[in-house]
Amino acid sequence: MNQQLTDSAPASTGSATEAPAPAPDGRAGGATSGRRPLVLLIGGIALVVVLAILPLLAIEIPGVLPGPTYTPGTLQLLAYAMLIAALALSYRMMFGLAGLLSFGHALFFAAGAYGLGMALEYFAPVEWQSELIFLASIVVTLIFGIVLAATVGSLALRVTGISFAMVTLAFAQAGSVLIRRNPGGATGGDEGLSLDIANVPDALVGVLNTRNLYWLSLGILVFVYLVVLWVERSRAGHVAEATRENELRVRVLGIRPYQVKFLIFIVASTLAAIAGMGYLLLQSGASPRVATADFTLTILVIVVLGGVGYRWGAIVGGIVYTLLDQRLTALAGSDFIAGLPAVLRVPLSEPLFILGTLFILVVLFLPGGIAGIPQRIRTGRKQHPVESEEAADA
Amino acid sequence: MSTVLLLVITGLGLGALYFLVASGLSLIYGLMGVLNFAHGSFLTIAAFIGWEVGRRVSDGTWWGLLVSALVGMIVGAVVAAATEYFLIRRLYERHIEQALITVGLALATVALFEGIWGTDPIYTARPEWLTQTTEILGAKIPNDRFLLIVCAALVLGGIVLFLRKTRYGLIIRAGVENRSMVTALGIDVRRSFTLVFAIGGAAAGLGGVLASVYYGYVSAHLGSVLLIFAFIVTVIGGLGSLTGAAIASVLVAVLQQFANFYLGGTGDLVVVIALAAVLLVRPRGLMGKVA
Amino acid sequence: MSEPILVVDGLNGRIAGQQVVEDISFEVPASGVTALLGRNGVGKTSTIKSILGLIDRTGAVHLGGERIDRLPTHRIVQRGVGYVPEDREIFGSLSVAENLRLAERDDRPRRELIERLFPDIHARRAQRAGTLSGGQQQMVSLARALVNENRLLLVDEPTKGLAPRIVDEVAAALAEAAATVPILLVEQNLHVIRKLAERVVVLSGGRVVFTGSAADLLDDEARIQRYLGVHDATDDRAAPAHAPDHDAATAIPVADTTEELR
Repeated sequence: MNQQLTDSAPASTGSATEAPAPAPDGRAGGATSGRRPLVLLIGGIALVVVLAILPLLAIEIPGVLPGPTYTPGTLQLLAYAMLIAALALSYRMMFGLAGLLSFGHALFFAAGAYGLGMALEYFAPVEWQSELIFLASIVVTLIFGIVLAATVGSLALRVTGISFAMVTLAFAQAGSVLIRRNPGGATGGDEGLSLDIANVPDALVGVLNTRNLYWLSLGILVFVYLVVLWVERSRAGHVAEATRENELRVRVLGIRPYQVKFLIFIVASTLAAIAGMGYLLLQSGASPRVATADFTLTILVIVVLGGVGYRWGAIVGGIVYTLLDQRLTALAGSDFIAGLPAVLRVPLSEPLFILGTLFILVVLFLPGGIAGIPQRIRTGRKQHPVESEEAADA
Repeated sequence: MSTVLLLVITGLGLGALYFLVASGLSLIYGLMGVLNFAHGSFLTIAAFIGWEVGRRVSDGTWWGLLVSALVGMIVGAVVAAATEYFLIRRLYERHIEQALITVGLALATVALFEGIWGTDPIYTARPEWLTQTTEILGAKIPNDRFLLIVCAALVLGGIVLFLRKTRYGLIIRAGVENRSMVTALGIDVRRSFTLVFAIGGAAAGLGGVLASVYYGYVSAHLGSVLLIFAFIVTVIGGLGSLTGAAIASVLVAVLQQFANFYLGGTGDLVVVIALAAVLLVRPRGLMGKVA
Repeated sequence: MSEPILVVDGLNGRIAGQQVVEDISFEVPASGVTALLGRNGVGKTSTIKSILGLIDRTGAVHLGGERIDRLPTHRIVQRGVGYVPEDREIFGSLSVAENLRLAERDDRPRRELIERLFPDIHARRAQRAGTLSGGQQQMVSLARALVNENRLLLVDEPTKGLAPRIVDEVAAALAEAAATVPILLVEQNLHVIRKLAERVVVLSGGRVVFTGSAADLLDDEARIQRYLGVHDATDDRAAPAHAPDHDAATAIPVADTTEELR
């Protein structure tokens, strides 16, 4: 999370919705103030450090967190939020940077979660050292994730635009159906898969060790962030961005956008699988919900809510969404809601209704998402590109 | 032989449902470039309100069902038109944002339906004839299949007539091909946007009521399930093509039935594979215009 | 001369954030043909589209004294503007008759006029417009504009890529139309410009660099060179057998338009 603020300020690198500055120049803008990156780097590291020592502190934020920060319940929620943020970050790289609107990202998250769970079960009878089995399972899952990503990517990227979205949706749907169908009892069907802890390190098992899982999740988030940063800064990232803006121009330069898109698809999918593995360990199991199209849509909502144009938008979106979802569920069950008349009670007791409505409002009135708010305040309210005469004429 | 016939007719019935959803999706996408994730919600709300009104008028009779169908169509049309007018229109020509709005709407409305009608399916009463079977060439065909097929055929015929014979139909056909040129001929194409949403909503609304007949229940997720298959049908048929949607609906549903029966319940998977295959061999779908 | 029908003042046009029309001002008189000229890619088509609101634009545009730059496209057209777009943009999946029917705005569309001007098109009413030849499609596109009583026609490269015989036919139809309605014409074919245009507006680098009578420009070889970057072929190859400057182009339609103005 160290450098996230660096490029949100100068030009919202790769903003799909706002694009306040011409995109190709946006990146160069980062150099305008030489000291800022350093300050932000230090700030970022400080933030990670603060997050890292949270389990040792007793901070209470009533209404936001269910309890003090050292309690397992709160750590579990925060860890989950960070994994979702990592997943959102990987999705943003594909959608925000490369402009690939995939409806199948959940497939790779599920591949990580179910893959690791099934690998652990498969290797359980093997007479190896416990640690070795755990490591082998992770490696096998990673390879599985990469192969799956390469397969789906190479097929889906043969088409573009809405067709690409549909092919990815179709694959994800196939995955979802497979998981629910429970072939050979491997996935647990609708019940979900529970983690076989025989070969999972003791430090990652049990309520008392939630803080270790919390640190693991934080580590995954930082890792995903660094990889995303590295990809975006790389030549491939620049080409992907240029392709999103104007594919023809890139082709004219003799670069084949397919390879770059393919690479980004694989990296993003693999990162999703890594987040999925963290999810399996954190939740001690996997639910078939994470393979559904709805789950992908949720990730999309998170990315847009946070702000497509900003890396840290995905993180903010992931954390805000998870906390809102959790707190709204708690709110829905509260006495306050129960006392309201039905007209208010019914909608307010449905967290997804509130989130969906919030999402619509963000798309309509806050095109840069949450992360775009500082930019909007700086530049003044940016006119929605809805032509004024269109509105007047309607 | 009787099994094949049963599978074909059941496939046609299911295809009829897919078509009722896909026809609107396809027209909306073709004319406006909007991928409408809220289409399933149009169907669900129409099914619920149609059922609520129908059972109060006359539960489990033909008269009640007719009322349900009419109410469902009206509700579908009104909700869809309102969606276009109040939400989609504000984001004129911004297709990604328009699709995102419909995603948000779908999430919010499904949750709302769950809040109002609960998460479990509510079983509905049907006219007795619809619960019986008719024997054709030795195959016992559930009667509701015939109702679905007839209704979808009527809707297909109605929409085709509308597109061929009316000025609005002409505008919509031209708009699917080249929207900006339609405005450059002095035509307010946005008015037909609302109309297309209303038509699609009405078809989906009828689909909702018929789906509750086919499945025997209404539930908050009725639309979401059908929507995924309708998307697949729309893409296979070719975005923007009504005939394509009709053909693909039947192909997909029949294929699904056969795979479910002969290949051990793999219908959903086979459909998905079919989609991938069609897109890779012919990315614009069976009848789609050259993109 | 009476009031101009179209006054463009400080018009800017943008496509996907990129400025394609920059601060353009000119007038179109209430009668006759005004040609909008300039080298390829200078923004002639974008200017026409900006006037119609088909692309994002700012600046003032007045049609017969009324300000139209804040109106949506269909409202502008409804005020009596006929548009013949570059590349024809007919609806290929509709029949010829449907293409024309779609364009009819008036209570009494001028169907007889269309029949008389384009008998070939009339004969093919039931045919799908997408199956017509390029020349026939251009006739349909012209007919869509001429079927209504307009106050102004915006005609964008009507002879692009057409055979010489068809070019003459198009020019004749435009000449007849010009007798009753003012026309703003984008055209690359100097022969056609000579035949039709009374006034010219020349764009260069996205700006207006010359306005004046067509004769002033076209009689001045140096100006033609400078503004349009062409060598006026009609003067050199005056030999009448050489049916004007177009003969080589029919086989390769693209070369047709570029050849003269390069």
